[in-house]
Order: sequence, then C-alpha cells, then structure tokens
Amino acid sequence: MENLTLKQLATQVRRDIVRMVHGASSGHPGGSLGCADLLTLLYFEVMDLNPDQFIMDGTDEDLFFLSNGHISPVWYSVLSRRGYFPVNELATFRKLNSRLQGHPATEEGLPGIRIASGSLGQGLSAAIGAAQTKSLNGESAWVFSLHGDGELQEGQIWEAAMYAPHHGVDNLISFVDCNGQQIDGATDDVMNLGDLADKWSAFNWHVLTCDGHDFDALRNAIAKAKENRGTGRPTVVLMKTEMGKGVDFMEGTHEWHGIAPNDEQLEDALTQLQSSHTDY
Amino acid sequence: MVNSRYIETLTPEVSKDTRSGFGDGLLEAGQTNNDIVALCADLTGSLKMGGFRKAFPDRFFQVGIAEANMMGVAAGMTIGGKIPFTGTFANFSTGRVYDQIRQSIAYSGKNVKICASHAGLTLGEDGATHQILEDMGMMAMLPHMTVICTADFEQTRQATLAVAEHEGPVYLRFGRPKVPVFMRSNAPFEIGKAQVLSEGNDVTIVATGHLVWEAMVATQELLNRGIRAEVINAHTIKPLDGKTILDSVRRTGCVVVAEEHQRIGGLGALVGQLLAGHCPAPMRQVAVEDSFGESGTPAQLMEKYGLNAKAIVAQVEDVMRMAPATH
Repeated sequence: MENLTLKQLATQVRRDIVRMVHGASSGHPGGSLGCADLLTLLYFEVMDLNPDQFIMDGTDEDLFFLSNGHISPVWYSVLSRRGYFPVNELATFRKLNSRLQGHPATEEGLPGIRIASGSLGQGLSAAIGAAQTKSLNGESAWVFSLHGDGELQEGQIWEAAMYAPHHGVDNLISFVDCNGQQIDGATDDVMNLGDLADKWSAFNWHVLTCDGHDFDALRNAIAKAKENRGTGRPTVVLMKTEMGKGVDFMEGTHEWHGIAPNDEQLEDALTQLQSSHTDY
Repeated sequence: MVNSRYIETLTPEVSKDTRSGFGDGLLEAGQTNNDIVALCADLTGSLKMGGFRKAFPDRFFQVGIAEANMMGVAAGMTIGGKIPFTGTFANFSTGRVYDQIRQSIAYSGKNVKICASHAGLTLGEDGATHQILEDMGMMAMLPHMTVICTADFEQTRQATLAVAEHEGPVYLRFGRPKVPVFMRSNAPFEIGKAQVLSEGNDVTIVATGHLVWEAMVATQELLNRGIRAEVINAHTIKPLDGKTILDSVRRTGCVVVAEEHQRIGGLGALVGQLLAGHCPAPMRQVAVEDSFGESGTPAQLMEKYGLNAKAIVAQVEDVMRMAPATH
C-alpha cells in the first residue's frame, strides 16, 4: 500500500481515537495516537487476515495481540476500518451495553479480539501460546504482539521472554511502544528500564529498533524479523514513538496517558488531523 | 444404605494418591485426543505428568518456575484449538496467578484445565506456605469457571477424562497423600452431578475431596449409634448440584458439610447459601476455622484441625440436636 494512503488512513484512525475518547469522556489517547501508524500498517498491509468472517481460532491467519490493552481506541478504530465491525459502533466506546469495552474483551463477542487485556504484562504469554499452537498445527502464519515500554516493568513479561526462545518460538514478532512515558511520568523516573536492547538480547531474542512513525522503517523491521524464522528465536522490535503523536498539545507528555480532551481541545485536535476519510 | 453404583468397597485394601489418578487420566485423554497439551511448572514428578511427557514429548511444555507465564501461554494455546492442562501445586495454581486466570482464562472464556495437586492441609510437612485452603473459593468466585475436587484415585482419573471433554475453563483440585481407593472405576461421573454414596434419612453429609472417604467412615460409626446418614459426594463445587442436595435435606432436615478448605468461601458457604434460599435447615461445617495450617503429617494435621471421620461424627450429633424432631 502507498505510504500516502496509509498516512491518510492513520490520520483517520487518529481522528477516531480523539473523538472516541472525547465521546466517552475517558480513555487513553496518548499511547493510542502513538501506535496508530504501526496498527494501520499491520492491519492494512502486513497481516494476512480474514475480517469478513471472524473466527476465534484464526486458523491460517496472522494474529495480533494487544498486551497494553488500555490503548484500545487505536485497535478498535483499525479493526472497524478494516471491516471487522461497523465503523459506527466506535460511537459506543466505553458506554453501557457496548461491545467496545474500556479494555479489550472477548465477553461481548467483538470481532477481532481473541483475549482480554488491560491488566498489564499478560499478552506476551498469550501470543507465545498462540504461536506455539500454530506451529503444532503446522501453520505458516505469523503472530504479532504489542507491548508498552512501561508494561515491561511487569515480571510476567520476562518469564515469557525466557520461555519463548527456550521452546524455539520463531513465528512471533513482538513490538514495544517505546514512548518513554507512563502514568506517573517518564519511565526513566518511575522505574528505569535500562537498556532494553541489551535486556531482550540477553533473553536470547533477535532485537531490532526503528522509528515507529516511519512506514518504511517499520516495513523493513518486519521484513528483517520475518527472516528470523527458522532460528528458533523470536524477534522484538523496539519501536521509538511519541506519545500523543499527531496532536501537538498531547505529544511527548505522560499528561495525556489517560484523560479525555474537552470540546475545545477536540476541535483543536481535529483541525490538526485533516483526513480524506469519513468520520463515524 | 451404600450405593454400589459408586462404591467399590468400604474395606479398601489399596491406597493411592489422587494426583496419580490425574496422571493416568491425562495420559489416557492424550491418547484419544491429539489436541490435548500439557504444561508444567517444574513439578512434573509431583503432578504425575511424566507418563504424558514420555508418550507425547511434542505436546508437553516445561515452563520452569514461572506459573504466571504458564497460565498465559495456556490461554494463548487454546486459540487454534489446543486443550491445555496446566500442572502445579494448588497454591501456585490459584493464589499466585489469580489475575492471570481471571483475565486471560476466565474472563476470556478460554478452554484451559487448571490441574492442582497438593491442595489443603494434607500436603503435610511443607507447612502453611504451601497448604492452600482458599483455592476453591477463589476459583468458584470467577464467572465461567467450573470447580471440581475429587475423592480418590479412580474419581480423579475419571474427572480428568471428563474435564478433557468439557468445553470451558476448569479448576481440578486433588491432593498429595495416598488415600483409600473406594470408588468404582466405572462409576457414573458427570460434571455438576453430585453422587449419593450412601442413603439415609437422619442427616445429610455433603463432602468433597479427601473428606468424602472420611464421611463414609463416619457413616459406619453413626450407624452403630443408630443414625442413618446420607452421604453426598459434591465432587463439583461449581456448578453445585443444588437439586441433589436439597432433595436430601428436605428428607433429613439437617446438614454437615465437610471439606479440606477454609470454612469461609468453600463448599460449606455455597451449601449454606443454597439452604438459606430454598430450604433453611440447621447446618454444621467440618472445615478449617479461619486459620493457616502448619507442618505435620497429613493424619496429624487432619486430627488437629478437625477434618476427619471423628469430627464429622461430632458435628452430626451436634446438628441433629438442632434439627426439628422428625427422627
């Protein structure tokens, strides 16, 4: 897909994100905006998907696991724009009787979601399990997962990181959203993550780094990661991003991790996000 | 009157651990269903999972001492149709990983079988750090979760096979010590269907796990005292077979509930709720009285904490004094 086309889609996804969070008067815009480019690329170009007929088992499809479930707005927007459910349903985000729960869930049967997430640190284990099942079933499809950098403070991530290469999992590509921010402030101040490339490397993963807002850089990283199949080791892509990307007053600060814009701020944001697509 | 559909013998010569019933059942289930996989957190020998590991090395996953990851990997493996059985001690199968089970398995409706050995005081000498007595309550509180606690070797083997066929998350609880094998290997076993092991009209004893055999022993002693007890094996804690229990209590008018678990939040609490709503009747519990355990042999601990046939007899006599004079 042309970069320009992807960029237009990602801008529409960003419009959806700020409108959803504004409409619910709650939610997490910062990380969602920061991951809009990756999810747009994955769902509209990279992944082999079957959005018309969602099946939980996802046989012969590529699978995506969102471990940092609080950035549900970006996932919901991309899923609906890709055809998993009607775009108009985005208006129900976080409201009573909605399938679009505050954090992703399977309970209400929203197509595209295969496991609940929100309580952090659990998604890597699930992605690894799904990748192992694909191997056991003789499938060639890929499993992708996304994690926050702050989320790496959870111990379960490192249990999972140790497990995957031990069991030869090499059909998994995990992304870390390295925006350097978490609720209480900068990750360096809250709980310093140290050198993440060294850490993942020490856990025997292939490690790649790239700009999370550059489609070509992301494409190259994914292509390189796919070459690692057969090595018995998974790949982690440390993706440098900016929290709040695309809305100037939300960029680069933890302040917009989990609050909604007011009416005036929404207008300001939408003015900055001019899209050729149609709002829900 | 002992129900011979279920009971093989009241004078068992063989004692076996329930965990071995799990190991045999897992191997058997694995032989008939290629989708069954097993994960273990460095306790393969203790969980008796060696048979499965040897027979199906490609379907056995050693996860090391990392139970949270084990639950998550198991949840993920269900996506694509695998049926994962996780194995570790009951403490590490529940309390240690409650949030992983809650979000990734129960809330996500994943077909994971959480198989937990060394439950309760009968773990013995390792002491209270390992003797979990809250696990059934924690698991029963989770929506979508089925909770099973088996009485002997044969029943654990049967339950393991039934769990493999059941769609949805299950907590299967069993134990460490060798206990009498008294159930028939071909006894009818259905998840959610309690078993009336002994019929009587004077008192209902609802028991689960290791306390089922103790209830059968107590029944013999009570008979000597002219009391005919009905013994119900509530192997499925959730969903609880309310009908079988209520049908019995409506005849007997009083109940003793026996379990190797805290009195708060376990089978007794569930039976109490059931009775309060449908058939108020005097009830007593044979359970741990809001305390932690300690080191000791299983028999010493069951005696000290009042979890044996003697304790059941005492509670039966006490509850019958409270019951309406229909006897």
